[in-house]
Amino acid sequence: MVLKAGGEARDRALIRAIQNGLPLTRRPYARIGLELGMSEAEVIERIRRLQAAGAIKRFGVVVNHRALGFRANGMVVWDIPDDRVDAAARRLADMDCVTLCYRRPRRPPRWNYNLFTMVHGRDERTVRERIERMAREADLEDVPREVLFSRRCFKQRGARYA
Amino acid sequence: MIGPELDALDRRIINRLQEGFPLCEHPYRAAAEGLGIDEATLIARLERLLEAGVLSRFGPLYNAEAMGGGLTLCAMQVPEARFDEVVEQVNRHPEVAHNYARDHALNLWFVVATERPDQVAEVIGRIEAETGLAVLDLPKLREFHLSLRFEA
Repeated sequence: MVLKAGGEARDRALIRAIQNGLPLTRRPYARIGLELGMSEAEVIERIRRLQAAGAIKRFGVVVNHRALGFRANGMVVWDIPDDRVDAAARRLADMDCVTLCYRRPRRPPRWNYNLFTMVHGRDERTVRERIERMAREADLEDVPREVLFSRRCFKQRGARYA
Repeated sequence: MIGPELDALDRRIINRLQEGFPLCEHPYRAAAEGLGIDEATLIARLERLLEAGVLSRFGPLYNAEAMGGGLTLCAMQVPEARFDEVVEQVNRHPEVAHNYARDHALNLWFVVATERPDQVAEVIGRIEAETGLAVLDLPKLREFHLSLRFEA
């Protein structure tokens, strides 16, 4: 089941109601239901279905790495031959320091990297050391790569659903 | 904010609740039991972690594609002299969700999230027209799932 934007109105109302977070009360689903005119059971069932359908990837805490003192965030981009990229990506995704791992298209000549991994650390040196270790352990020392550290964050929010 | 003090319980809460949250009538009680604490303690800790900014949110992470929306990562090469002006032009679009300066020739990286997939190209087109700069569109082709954990 895939939920389209024009999909069920009650799902959309629920998605909107919880996008900024779950109420910190003993019965949060009942509280949401009160606002939406749904029973507690209906709220729970709809969230369960949204999770099963993949519309909700994950339900829980979203950590602010920066506030935790992980001040360096390096986007590591790799140019891995197409026949090696998926296997290498799976190995990288298994490593503890990797927080995102996506394959994206190359846009030659300006952009020749096809795999993106995010690595957090307390400082840039730690992040660079981790990346060296990643390359070694995933057999990617021969592959071109770059690290793009973030300098400033101008906007950070989840996607909005109206 | 730099490195707020987290005790062992905070770390256990963060690690446990990254993996999910119970769907039942008393989810805080159920989660608290798994942590060996009581419901009120868990709620109080979550309140504090949210207030301190250690957690940016407690709730769902949506999958834009499964929701029927569009999502992509964009990169731009912005001349230093125009940097602040271009950041403002880009951020003015409500579809721009995250925006970071990065140290590379392509020095501005942002995420565009739209309600419908076809709106991504429209937003990129508007940003290119307003700034006179090219936008590289780098949509996700495949996501590799992590074994979720955070060494808090």
